[in-house]
Amino acid sequence: MTVRAEAIAVENLHKRFGPLEVLKGVSLTAHEGDVIAIIGGSGSGKSTFLRCINMLELPSAGTVTIHGETIAMKKDGHGGMMPADRKQVQRIRSRLGMVFQNFNLWQHMTILQNVIEAPVHVLGVPKAEAVERAEALLRRVGLYEKRDAFPAFLSGGQQQRAAIARALAVQPHVMLFDEPTSALDPELVGEVLTVIGDLAKEKRTMILVTHEMKFARNVANHIVFLANGVIEEQGPPEEIFGAPKSERLKKFISSIH
Amino acid sequence: MMSDDNTIGAMALTELPDRKGFLKPHRIILMAIAAVLVFCAAWFMRWDWLPEYGWRLAQGVGVTLLMLFSTCILGFLFAVPLGLVQVTGPWPLKMLARGFCTIIRGTPLLLQLWLLYYGLGSLFPQFPAIRQSFLWPYLREAWPYGVAALTMSFAAYEGEVMRGAFAGVPAGELEAGRAYGMSRWTVFRRIWLPRAIHRALPTLNGETVLQLKATPLVATITVIDVYAVVSKIRQMTYLTYEPLLLLALIYLCLTAILVVAFRALENKIPTRGA
Repeated sequence: MTVRAEAIAVENLHKRFGPLEVLKGVSLTAHEGDVIAIIGGSGSGKSTFLRCINMLELPSAGTVTIHGETIAMKKDGHGGMMPADRKQVQRIRSRLGMVFQNFNLWQHMTILQNVIEAPVHVLGVPKAEAVERAEALLRRVGLYEKRDAFPAFLSGGQQQRAAIARALAVQPHVMLFDEPTSALDPELVGEVLTVIGDLAKEKRTMILVTHEMKFARNVANHIVFLANGVIEEQGPPEEIFGAPKSERLKKFISSIH
Repeated sequence: MMSDDNTIGAMALTELPDRKGFLKPHRIILMAIAAVLVFCAAWFMRWDWLPEYGWRLAQGVGVTLLMLFSTCILGFLFAVPLGLVQVTGPWPLKMLARGFCTIIRGTPLLLQLWLLYYGLGSLFPQFPAIRQSFLWPYLREAWPYGVAALTMSFAAYEGEVMRGAFAGVPAGELEAGRAYGMSRWTVFRRIWLPRAIHRALPTLNGETVLQLKATPLVATITVIDVYAVVSKIRQMTYLTYEPLLLLALIYLCLTAILVVAFRALENKIPTRGA
């Protein structure tokens, strides 16, 4: 494998909620073009880990480096940490495309307005250009006809595809998916996974927290199995699913089949 | 794109019939009854005073509307920070806002109005500094006290409404704003505030109608609104019912206009029926 630039490097990440330690020192590096799937049981800390990458959840200790830029942290006075420079975090976030479990589309805006919002009001892209790009993205996720509809009138699958278009609109360095299909009815999961699968084929850098094991196996080039706040096992999908080493992973895989 | 069956139109009062469904038997009967009533009112009652007072009535309606809109707009501008600090503010501001809302909402508007006008209004002239200031020409009038009292009242009630509206915006949508690199101000301006106002619109509609019907109180401190004009007419003509009926009609029309205008505003963003 050739040497590719590091897109995300997380070092020794800890996260405590009061007395509960959810992450106990997790390190992970994603290179350009990596598709990393994070799997694990509920409560394993996988969503928390993803949310620490863009500081939606503030880590208690550890460093996060995105595109070679380490997020500067300082002590918050309560034994935790907070970003030292809010502007830096905002700048870094503006190039991370986050897709949420519950879509979190802005309900008072049409689909098109949702997609152009961040480019226009955060990145300062001229509106005409943003609209043009947004329409191309909506066509791509199959929602061009729905561009003037409000989110509440769309199905869950359509909303999540719109949310993916919104994430793509900021031309993200890295896409972060937080259980993108967990809130969907079973028959709507496929359309969303198809869109994400296409993105993976383009060699976009993505980190994906998911319960869809078959999907993770097909699209990811690296699987991370989190258990009790530590990386229990990681490696290429064939190894993780084909020849799991740890007892926990064996149990986890057999429990979902 | 929006059809009536999946849009929460509004309450029955605001549901206007379309042209096709307008002439239904029950509507024809109701219209006939209304026509008879109007005919009786016109035929058996005295209206010959109307032309003489028409212009003054129009001026009165103007003052009422001016009072309504100025106090609603000003009051709402205060209500936004009042609601916001109660949801997210540091505790001293939170307590202050809560105290203000509780006191204003817990006392009659008439009392506040009189405290301002007869209390403050008679206190001010005792200070030469105030008498000589550029504000004096306004402070010796009655209307600034009316505007102040109505504004404070509207701000306190709407502060509570906005508190609920701000708190009710799903946290995920605000989080999405932050996740895309928005500053706190941008999140507020682009997502939190518009979303909260949209949620609060049906309530604000009702509160604005209530505010309209609170404006006659300013007549008690010598502001000549439409209510004061009608009182004057009653004194001059010794008529009891005719001017009052006209007054009721005027307020009904103003209310209807407000309701329809708010409904148009609400429907700009359709809400999915629950």
